[in-house]
Amino acid sequence: MGSEPNGSFAALIRKRQTWLLLAGILCFVLLPRVGGQYTSYLVLTFFGYGVALLGFNLLFGYTGLLSFGHALFFTSGAYTVSYLTAKFAIPYMEVSIVVAVVVAVVIAALIGAICVRYIKIYFALLMLAFGMLTYSFLIKFYYITGGDEGMPVLRPHLLGFDLSSMAKMDFLTGWYYYYVLTVFIIATWIMWRIVSSHFGLALRAVRDNPEKAYYLGIDVRRYRWYAFIISGAYAAVGGALVAPVIGNVDPTLTYWTHSGTLVFMTLLGGFTNFLGPLLGGLVYIFLQDGVMSLLHYWRFVFGAMLAFIVIVAPGGLAGAIELIANKYCAKKGA
Amino acid sequence: MQVFPIRHAAAILKTTLAKGLDGHMTTDIINILMSGIFYASTLFLLAAGLQLVFGVQKIFNLACGSLYALGAYTGVVFVEQFHNMGISPLFSIVPLILAGLSLFFVGIIIERGLLKFVYERDESFQLLLTFAVVLMIEDIIRFIWGTSPKSTSGVYLVYGQIHLLGSVIPVYNLIVILSSLLIAVLIGFMLMKTRFGRIIRATADDRQMGEALGVNMRIVYIKVFTLGTVLGTLGGALVIPTTAAMTEMGVELIVMAFAVVVIGGLGSMKGAFFGAMVVGILRSFAISTYPELELLLIYLIVIGVLVFKPEGLFGGSRA
Repeated sequence: MGSEPNGSFAALIRKRQTWLLLAGILCFVLLPRVGGQYTSYLVLTFFGYGVALLGFNLLFGYTGLLSFGHALFFTSGAYTVSYLTAKFAIPYMEVSIVVAVVVAVVIAALIGAICVRYIKIYFALLMLAFGMLTYSFLIKFYYITGGDEGMPVLRPHLLGFDLSSMAKMDFLTGWYYYYVLTVFIIATWIMWRIVSSHFGLALRAVRDNPEKAYYLGIDVRRYRWYAFIISGAYAAVGGALVAPVIGNVDPTLTYWTHSGTLVFMTLLGGFTNFLGPLLGGLVYIFLQDGVMSLLHYWRFVFGAMLAFIVIVAPGGLAGAIELIANKYCAKKGA
Repeated sequence: MQVFPIRHAAAILKTTLAKGLDGHMTTDIINILMSGIFYASTLFLLAAGLQLVFGVQKIFNLACGSLYALGAYTGVVFVEQFHNMGISPLFSIVPLILAGLSLFFVGIIIERGLLKFVYERDESFQLLLTFAVVLMIEDIIRFIWGTSPKSTSGVYLVYGQIHLLGSVIPVYNLIVILSSLLIAVLIGFMLMKTRFGRIIRATADDRQMGEALGVNMRIVYIKVFTLGTVLGTLGGALVIPTTAAMTEMGVELIVMAFAVVVIGGLGSMKGAFFGAMVVGILRSFAISTYPELELLLIYLIVIGVLVFKPEGLFGGSRA
């Protein structure tokens, strides 16, 4: 860190990072006032996915483990909210989030204990298997889970306030929007602290050279396991935040293609950059919305895009921006 | 209030045991076995291509289900064409095989157009690239054939059915089982007895050594991926008269194919065969006793295998 030449993009960003950050947050805060309800609605979905993607990328980008079943945790979070609000009549969103985290940590600790013994393709496939196991459980045990129709999510109370008298869109793009934005900012800040801590550095060491990390005294498996648990908890919070937006949870949330979507978003934005996955999630959601309304065959477009990213630009959007900006800055500096 | 699943299953077991091995019971067992073996044959056709490609190219092809779907749709078209030409539906098997074989070019396109760029890259990216292919093929199918399910009307019934110890077995199911066995034998022969098979096994074991000995890997990879593709499309075309082709079948089938190859052992042809048998018979048994357990049971075994024996129950010997 800090080894970039002075004229580089990264250095430029670092110089102005506080201002950029505040400007970004201001945009999100003002959006419901200026951007219209539908845009805010899409951004609201993005916040939820964003939190999940931060978790996903702790595992993929920072620890080097590709999970092809991460939607499993997303789903566990979403179902937790559904259970609490609709079945147990506990409408408090704060309780939902805390319980979602606890549930996810327990599940992730158990599954993780098995999965982190493997890396690369075996890890990816094992997670795919766990995701599909959950899917078949949710769809078959309908008397516990509502089967393929899923379960409703009732409108949660925010900070103890009952807002059930508001119109749905007003609630979602009003109070709920700011609530989720707050959680999103806090989650991003915590994740930033995690990846820039000693622990985060250790994870990167584990990713780049597990043997060396081991000889430097890092318990490789244990660190992977920690990362797995944090990652699962983040995905669950993301799912919990999205659940009231979609209003109904169903097993397709944990289908392997949904896990694929999380991977896609991360790759689109760029897994090598801390903010990359967030950028990817935002672009993906808006792009999907746009392409879907224009074209019936959005999957083809997205498939071609994914292929392009994998083959030509594995750094994703963030990587491309960095590259272009670095060139630009270098020219200016010289 | 629902009955606890295990107690329910136990009750069924108890009554069947009490009934003893009477005529009814044998019929049941034959029914379960036959539908299990039939399903296993379709699974083998689905998984064979996946195994071949993984064995040699070390790429887990998520698109194998989509190729199978592509074969199924093309099979429907070919059968219709033959029908329109006035040829007896009894010969439908011919257009089905032709349909499967005619799609070989898809394999060349995918290998030359996409996969060749990522052989040196991390496995995760290879997996993602095949996921991209899944998305694309799904929409290509939607673009050509629309969203309504397609089936080869009548072909299944034309072949009639036979009675065996009180149970009724459609003849076409037997055709599928036999073709699956035939393909298994042919692959086995190709791998063990031909020069190309020896090259495949050698490069699966040690790619660099193969290259050092003068094997043109570029050609081998094209051939292997095309062969893997044709196995998938042929499987889809052969099985389609028993079911209907749907746009989602690609993503759904990969779930079963995945279970088969993991249980059998990744990259092993023998594994594909035995894995398919295990999954097929288990599934048919679960469906007739406690349908809730179907996929759950299979996936519990998949996880068990990945955890305790990641090389698979029948793996070990390559390709």
